[in-house]
Amino acid sequence: MELNTGDTAFMLIATALVMLMTPGLALFYGGLVRSKNVLSTTMQSFLCLGIVSILWVVYGYSLSFGPDVGSVIGNLDFAFLQNVSWEKGTGRTIPDMLFCAFQLMFAIITPALITGAFAERMKFPAYLLFTSLWVSLVYFPVCHWVWGGGWLAQMGALDFAGGTVIHLNSGVAALVCAIVIGKRKGWGKEAMHPHNVPMTVLGAGILWFGWFGFNAGSALSAGPIAALALMTTQLATGAGALTWVFAEWKIQGKPTTLGAASGAVAGLVAITPACGYVTPACAIAIGGVAGVLCYLGVIMKGKLGYDDALDVVAVHGLGGLWGALATGIFASVGGTGLLYGNPKQLLIQAIGAGAAIAYSAVVTFIILKVIDATVGLRVDSDGEQQGLDLVEHSEVGYSI
Amino acid sequence: MKKIEAIIKPFKLDDVKDALNELGIKGMTISEVKGYGRQKGHTEIYRGAEYVVDFIPKIKIEIVVPAEQVDLIVDKIRNAANTDKIGDGKIFVLPVERVVRVRTGEENRDAV
Repeated sequence: MELNTGDTAFMLIATALVMLMTPGLALFYGGLVRSKNVLSTTMQSFLCLGIVSILWVVYGYSLSFGPDVGSVIGNLDFAFLQNVSWEKGTGRTIPDMLFCAFQLMFAIITPALITGAFAERMKFPAYLLFTSLWVSLVYFPVCHWVWGGGWLAQMGALDFAGGTVIHLNSGVAALVCAIVIGKRKGWGKEAMHPHNVPMTVLGAGILWFGWFGFNAGSALSAGPIAALALMTTQLATGAGALTWVFAEWKIQGKPTTLGAASGAVAGLVAITPACGYVTPACAIAIGGVAGVLCYLGVIMKGKLGYDDALDVVAVHGLGGLWGALATGIFASVGGTGLLYGNPKQLLIQAIGAGAAIAYSAVVTFIILKVIDATVGLRVDSDGEQQGLDLVEHSEVGYSI
Repeated sequence: MKKIEAIIKPFKLDDVKDALNELGIKGMTISEVKGYGRQKGHTEIYRGAEYVVDFIPKIKIEIVVPAEQVDLIVDKIRNAANTDKIGDGKIFVLPVERVVRVRTGEENRDAV
């Protein structure tokens, strides 16, 4: 197709916005851990910008978006970005190279999200291996299923900006990580509260800002659907922040700032798959439900007894699952859901979600077991006590 | 010579400092400390998890003064730091063997 300068300019900016989400996530997560682990946690998000960029160019983009093999994976035609042009757009009005860069930013933030589950206890070499193997064996295939012309795309699953591919996928992996690596030393006995809530709120703000690129940019053109996606994103996020705060106010007696930041992220996650398919009024409902649901998920964690350190399962897993199903309920633009007379869409969404859950859980489990048997997943008990910043990186976040 | 260590509520620091200045006390050392006595801690809530925080922030003031002024100073600190509520703090008086001013080498009374 002929390139369009307006679309291209918009997508250049959207790509840069999505890139900023990963450092935003580093701040969001960094504030939530204890001060002795602030750098290791930051590093686990930030370094995904390096690891995944390289893998993406070597084979990741090709496996995700290369010519389809058996509806499950792409072939290697685009390895090292061969045949990926910056002068032509294949079926799009933006250069193929720009689409590749935009999709790269999604691939970067997904493994970074998972790091919240094993924060404060994973060895650095184990993190490097996990991130590399997980994007290769889980993210690239699932991305191909949904967006690269794979079987879920053929079945008609709706995922506008990555509810299933990114959030549900990472949320399920996070659950498996939390269970396999085990609880942090002293969990449930010692106080493990966030060391810097303002930093977390700043991170949430940067995520919210970057998410406009993520969701509106997923329209891939500077047109009406991008405008809709931007507005639904804003509304669902605001609603999520409000309902989380009201839910905790009602249940625990106090509205917290951390609750507002967490609810905003829950709203962002839930609207992601739906943002270009639903009306603004439905977006408020989707985000509003997400705020309460994810808050309840966080409370359940204590009862179920797994240590998902930074609540990736409750926010991204549960929020992503709700968003995927909500898309099948509320879709009315460019697709129809249950409320608009198409119950089958909800079923397709459920199949898509179920497939991602099963695949991600099994492969993540195998990856973790292999790493544990080779380099080991966890730092030793003394190292954990001292903090990963010192024992893994020989530096500290704060010196007075 | 005596050393007075007073542990007080942080927001009372200015009042105590002003009261000591009125008596001509020309210097002091303070530190931010945490502790608890009869005053209970408080509860903090982060994402649904409640933590009871026992150690409460306080300010510790340290001054060294001639022995005959101790009673007067202790009274002044008490008056300035008092809110009539639990958690107002404690004052300790300790003996000091020797004081030296680093710059001049002056000792004891001349050095404070």
